[in-house]
Amino acid sequence: MTNRVTSSEDERELFSYLYFRRNVAGDQREWWYHSSGCREWFQAERNTDHNQVLQVARPGALQ
Amino acid sequence: MSRLSERRGELIDRGRTITFSWEGKTYKGHKGDTIASALYDAGVRVFSRSFKYHRPRGLMCCSGQCPNCLVEVDGEPTVRACMTPIEQGMEVNHLNAWPSLERDFLHMVGKATPSFGMQVGFYYKTFIRPRRLWPFYEKILRNAAGLGRLDEEHRRTERYEKVHRHVDVLVIGGGQSGLEAATEAASAGKHTVVVEEGLALGGRLAYGTADEMRERDALVEAARAAGVEFLQPAYAGGVYEGLLVPVFQGKTMYRFRAAELVLATGSIEQPLVFGNNDLPGIMLGGAARRLANQFRIAPGGQVVVVTSGDEGIVAASDLAAAGVEVVAVADSREGETDVRLSDAGIEHLTGFTPVRAKGSKHVTGVVVANDGEERTFGCDLLVVSGRSAGAYGFFTQAGGTIRYDREQGRYVPDVVPEGVRVVGELAGAAAAGGAVPAKAKDSGCKQFVCFCEDVTTKDVNLSVSEGFASLELSKRYTTVTMGPCQGRMCHRNSGLVIADELGVDPDEQRVGVTTARPPHNPTSFSLLAARGYEPVKRTSTHHWHAEHGGKMLWAGDWKRPYDYGDADSEVAAVHESLGLIDVSTLGKMIVRGPDAAAFLERIYPNRFGDMKLARVRYGIVCGDDGSVLDDGTVARVSEDEYYVTTTSSGAGGMEQWFTWWNAVWGMDVEIVNVTSAVAAFNLAGPKAREALATLTSFDLANEAFPYLGAGHAEIAGVPCLLLRIGFVGELGYEIHLPTAAGEYLWDALMAAGAEHDVRPFGLEPQRVLRLEKMHVIVGQDTNAESNPFEAAMPWIVKLDKESDWIGRYQLEYLKRRGNRNELVGFVCDNGKTPVEGSQVIGADGDPAGRITSSRFSKRLGRAIGIAWVPVASSEEGTRIDISDPTGARIPAVVTHKAFYDPDGERLRS
Repeated sequence: MTNRVTSSEDERELFSYLYFRRNVAGDQREWWYHSSGCREWFQAERNTDHNQVLQVARPGALQ
Repeated sequence: MSRLSERRGELIDRGRTITFSWEGKTYKGHKGDTIASALYDAGVRVFSRSFKYHRPRGLMCCSGQCPNCLVEVDGEPTVRACMTPIEQGMEVNHLNAWPSLERDFLHMVGKATPSFGMQVGFYYKTFIRPRRLWPFYEKILRNAAGLGRLDEEHRRTERYEKVHRHVDVLVIGGGQSGLEAATEAASAGKHTVVVEEGLALGGRLAYGTADEMRERDALVEAARAAGVEFLQPAYAGGVYEGLLVPVFQGKTMYRFRAAELVLATGSIEQPLVFGNNDLPGIMLGGAARRLANQFRIAPGGQVVVVTSGDEGIVAASDLAAAGVEVVAVADSREGETDVRLSDAGIEHLTGFTPVRAKGSKHVTGVVVANDGEERTFGCDLLVVSGRSAGAYGFFTQAGGTIRYDREQGRYVPDVVPEGVRVVGELAGAAAAGGAVPAKAKDSGCKQFVCFCEDVTTKDVNLSVSEGFASLELSKRYTTVTMGPCQGRMCHRNSGLVIADELGVDPDEQRVGVTTARPPHNPTSFSLLAARGYEPVKRTSTHHWHAEHGGKMLWAGDWKRPYDYGDADSEVAAVHESLGLIDVSTLGKMIVRGPDAAAFLERIYPNRFGDMKLARVRYGIVCGDDGSVLDDGTVARVSEDEYYVTTTSSGAGGMEQWFTWWNAVWGMDVEIVNVTSAVAAFNLAGPKAREALATLTSFDLANEAFPYLGAGHAEIAGVPCLLLRIGFVGELGYEIHLPTAAGEYLWDALMAAGAEHDVRPFGLEPQRVLRLEKMHVIVGQDTNAESNPFEAAMPWIVKLDKESDWIGRYQLEYLKRRGNRNELVGFVCDNGKTPVEGSQVIGADGDPAGRITSSRFSKRLGRAIGIAWVPVASSEEGTRIDISDPTGARIPAVVTHKAFYDPDGERLRS
């Protein structure tokens, strides 16, 4: 999950929001979409090393 | 040839004969024979040529593990002869020899090169200089290597299927432990499936003694009684993320997900490393026993067995019982002679290891030695048994780790991943002690570690001495364990050879292990490409189009008519009178709720909050990076309800996009995708109002229902939403209605338009019509780098909106930065039409832009199009040069105004 910028003043901040992603090896909070099923969005915390799902939550519950 | 006497558990049906061909000659076998058993019975001994040296290779494992009997069957390459039953009329050929298996030209290469010639990496070292010749060498080398070729004439027309299966327990391996585990699980009420790739269930028991056969039958019976489901013969392709297991059977790929994966893959008998250990006539103990016990073929006349374990002893006594003369058994273990052998009168040499096999095209004898003594025996079959290694390929793919166990002389499971259970010999159930000798003393001949890739002990040793001092590194350098068997025949032996060369014990961490990669067996692309689960989408009037000459083509997930045979006159009909097109494929969503207006204000760069009721407005959707994602129209149907259309291909993506942002913002709004529930037709042309008026009492007068109006109307009794928009540039009504009434209303509209000679029109005429209006198609004229300022839609971006909205900050930046390229129209007057994708050539002669759309417009009498050009060339009237793919230059002139009805008078009429 990333936080949106709130201004275009700081171009460096704007571009790093738009184009740079941290490639985390470890726990990461993500948005998930159940595309082949109920088509609901939810949030999950997942370990990218082991693909272990640590918690799932309704939208907005994880920050 | 005559078979041995009948025996319990034999797989052949002696009453039935099957005829097939091998290398163009006719052969016979019994029903139940494999290609390998029938050919072996007929005296065939060479089944393939090796990968690198093109040495003759014969049957080695007879259980689908080794690469030696890969053949081509009816045009399909890399079929395992020992696992494939013969069928009437089957055409079987070798894979990789030239001109023939018996006389292979490339074998001379192996013989002619001195010992350093074809060492590992030789081609990079030898042929890399001079560099300019490498492409030439590479072509020859690539031609010499490889397994089989794809017959381009032989195109598959059969249908292959994918099936998803969700079960409680999936057991890979139908041997003793697999059957036991499955019976236990099924008895506990779990839905259990056993996958077995062999032609018989029961693993080793299936070619064992009469007692073992009875045991096998009882196990199978118990499993069936417990309700175990069998897939056999079928093989697992690998274990993927989340323990997904593809299982291939015939023309079907099953995608299995099981709550528990039981690995009962057992163990695989290993070859021994000695000189010329790849000669035809050298086979593993299990192979000789399978041929003798399951197919009732005497695998040789005079047999010598070399072994480092009990499997060799069992093979020798089985062969002797079948009436084959067993000359001697050389056993690397020290100790007493085995009573089973002495009873059968077979000489048992303990402490002897093989040095080299004799013979050139086929084995004729073997030299064995202990510390002081060397013995030579003549034979026509040399049975080798380097004891069994666990079949841990799937286990490591599932995330398990293995370690070398010195006690057992093999790799064993170490850490077992969650959801996986290991049973039977893989778990170490039948562990017999004793280390396995790594290799023979220098035999003066090639000693193969890896049969798939023709890697010798010398190659592995060289890689170690050059610094590739672990199994993983050596694998990458020598390709050992990298062939079709993925280490099943070579992983343990190469580990032992490397440990020996390093002077360490094989359980030392630095020796390492490799992971077998999927697919487990050669797998046809047809299976991987089996038809999936995206059935074609058809609109409500699909059959009408097909019956009226519509050329139905794929358009995303849909089938749509390209045209009805004459695109030009369909274009003309819309301009001059009346046309009707099915646009049901448009994505359609209802956005409703107290926050609907505020939500759309945030999604679109346009304004929608200020929209009056019963109006429709064009809009584009941008990503936060300012790129154009999609476009469509938004109609305000009530205070808190909007009807949104998207592009046909963008429907699913836009639903996700809308619902995602709503999940982020948590606004009070509902979003419903009604794409399939709602059909849509566009009735367009100067006669549209006149024709439609005959079907409705809705006031269609221009004053009452002007351009960009939206209204609910009953048309021919069907409740519809009418949108007065003009994608094709003439007076038009986009009619949205319940899909169920689609065909009925289409017929009604065609009937109402009959007096105006209404024509149905397809996608292609629609493209011409919209191009004449210079209307952009998102995804064709734009790509992921297009922003609305550059894509000729700066008016759509309302930077002064008070709310935050997606794309706002990047678009603010892009506005400050200014345009670099622009999307413009162009005309060509020299009679040529540049093809889409042509380059726009800049002043310096380099590509500076590209054509995204182009057509010849009959109405305008010239070629027109849309192109990306640099800002410097984007002024109205600028002359640009277009380079056709043929290299021809086509001059063109930039224009910004629509080519047809630039002021939109016809739209508004």
